[in-house]
Amino acid sequence: MSLEQPRRDTRLDRYVETYAERTHGLKVSAVRALFSVANRPEVVSLAGGMPNISDLPLDVIGSRIGELIATRGTQAMQYGSGQGEEKIREQICEVMALEGITGHPDDVTITTGSQQALDLVTRTFIDPGDVVLAEAPSYVGALGTFQAYQAQVVHVAMDDDGMESAALTAAIRTLRAQGRRVKFLYTIPNFNNPSGILTTWERRQEIARICREEQVLVIEDNPYGLLSLDADPVPAIRSFDAENVVYLGSFSKTFAPGFRVGWALAPHAVREKLVLAQESATLCPPVFSQFAISTYLSTWDWKAQITVFKDMYRARRDAMLDGLTEHMPPGTTWTHPKGGFFVWVTLPEGLDSQALLPRAVTNRVAYVPGTAFYADGLGSRNMRLSYCFPTPERIFEGTRRLGEVLDAELEIHTMFGIDSTPHPHDFAAGPGPDVS
Amino acid sequence: MKTSDLVVVLAGGLSHEREVSLRSGRRAAQALRDVGHEVVELDVSSTLLSQLEELGKPVVVPLIHGGAGEDGAIRQALELVDVPFVGSTSRSSRVAFDKAIATPRVASAGWVTATQVALPDDMFRELGAPTLVKALAGHLGFPMMVKPARSGSALGCTKVERIEDLPAAMVQAYAYGGVAVVERFVTGIEVAVPVIDTGSGPVALPAVEIRPDSGVYDYTARYTAGATRFLAPAELSDDVAERCAQLAVGAHQALGLRDLSRTDLIVDADGVPVFLEANVAPGMTETSTMPLSMEAAGMDLGHVLSDLIQLARLRGPEA
Repeated sequence: MSLEQPRRDTRLDRYVETYAERTHGLKVSAVRALFSVANRPEVVSLAGGMPNISDLPLDVIGSRIGELIATRGTQAMQYGSGQGEEKIREQICEVMALEGITGHPDDVTITTGSQQALDLVTRTFIDPGDVVLAEAPSYVGALGTFQAYQAQVVHVAMDDDGMESAALTAAIRTLRAQGRRVKFLYTIPNFNNPSGILTTWERRQEIARICREEQVLVIEDNPYGLLSLDADPVPAIRSFDAENVVYLGSFSKTFAPGFRVGWALAPHAVREKLVLAQESATLCPPVFSQFAISTYLSTWDWKAQITVFKDMYRARRDAMLDGLTEHMPPGTTWTHPKGGFFVWVTLPEGLDSQALLPRAVTNRVAYVPGTAFYADGLGSRNMRLSYCFPTPERIFEGTRRLGEVLDAELEIHTMFGIDSTPHPHDFAAGPGPDVS
Repeated sequence: MKTSDLVVVLAGGLSHEREVSLRSGRRAAQALRDVGHEVVELDVSSTLLSQLEELGKPVVVPLIHGGAGEDGAIRQALELVDVPFVGSTSRSSRVAFDKAIATPRVASAGWVTATQVALPDDMFRELGAPTLVKALAGHLGFPMMVKPARSGSALGCTKVERIEDLPAAMVQAYAYGGVAVVERFVTGIEVAVPVIDTGSGPVALPAVEIRPDSGVYDYTARYTAGATRFLAPAELSDDVAERCAQLAVGAHQALGLRDLSRTDLIVDADGVPVFLEANVAPGMTETSTMPLSMEAAGMDLGHVLSDLIQLARLRGPEA
């Protein structure tokens, strides 16, 4: 028998008609569900970009922070300046000098991680429908921010030297001919997330010149610049162009992400807007974190600590590249990063990294499908592998499991007659997806 | 520790539906706390069995979705260590979870099911994919649904309109397991009917009608709040609603299920309910149909689960 009751018509969300239009694209995805398994210890996760901070001197940091609370606690735990504390802004200028940047502490705005700097910059410049140019592929967190402000992201092709100059010029001119407003170029020149590509000095100059001539602001995001594993350091774009660049930095990779301290170095007029935006967003960035990092920078040999990090990441990067060489099936190509956290893999034609993720998770290995790094649906033949967190042994094992997954997927593709022949393009020439 | 009121809600696990399971577990645990139970939430891990032992073998509410949670594996382990639990036995869970076994079983009991073909990937390897694909198309026609035989939450499911798209859909389904089922697509009203049995026989709760905005009740439509319209009870005539209830109870019995289940079905153009699948660990999330149906029936999730826990406690461990 069944029970009879009055009918209820519901969407199980009483606010469904109330949400802002910009939230309409926010949906639960099956990929996210699969990632919930990736965090289990049985799974070798090559997905996340979590810095490995196990080498930090926790006892020293603990004691210095204890001292900080004992001596300056009432100041460190109080509201602070919307722009951030003066001392740390001065220290940040010293950090940036390592990448050839001359900046004034007055032009630095402290943010809650560089992610918030990205948010403030986007909020400051973007109206719905404005265009943001970004590398192909680009950082998923930035794409999410741009989407949240209803920007349209147009990707610009990359090769092994970084963003292609001709493609950048063509994109700007084509968009302008269409009557679209190009507001800024977002670039990660050092060890791009997700491709690992290091933009060359020559290419940086070309990008800066084109953007100056076309009056397009450059947002230079540089979380990985000090984590060069075996490349000669390349000066930041901001080091030779102070007027047309907003530079974003972070302590998340060179110290620890939990403090959530990043910054924006911006031309003075832009800095004013950023501070006002910061004040309306948070009143002030986390004061205690600023004091803690400032204490760390002034009482510890942080440059030597970065060298320790680099040695640790180098061993992991090498384990991943060795593992890929050993285990990937023919037709698979990948970038060879000289720094940062990520390798960008291009799969044999016909394979779809998102479709084979469940098979990978079942085989206890996880990665991020390439489509996450494109705003326009490209990247299905790509995946981002991160080598920053697991041990070298686990990374090597992860590539072995991934090789099994690709072999199985290729076999089933062959069985169904889906074309899996190696693609004709030389992917050593660039990290972009095969869109032919 | 006093164990008489202690309950373990088991959620998480290693399947592709881990996230959903954790959400189900959180909601069920809170509902049980609201009615006075002391609840411990546990995930599947190498220490699970020893934790249960230390807790004095309390009644477990298994809310692991997909994989080991619904295919009987976890329940088998609970049976092995004499821990009483709410819900179907390992044996019947194993049958219900596998669409390639459950659907013929329900059909044998006289209920209308979607016309189905179940094929392990080996068959394509051994007999040649092009021939089998062609045969499938000829036998079932288009549109058809391709699903993993052993998965839930619509993961790996694809509606196929053309023969050219069938191989990719098969590959997608095989990413979730070695057997896929291909069913003739049934056009109609999508309905979920929970069944509970608190000791006096299985009773169907009000059918919940599902109207996804996108037209497809896929993973996104299931778990994005607001993306799907639910009608509880479903907008069906009394006669059709009664037939849906009968089918749900019939499937529950045909599959040998216990305590609670949820049957998903389609009411076709002639008003005939067509069985799609039965679930032994129905979702309890904010966007799941079972709690909605209970609410429509004037029942409280916490009280229903509490009754089922009492029943499991009286029943004790599996013999």
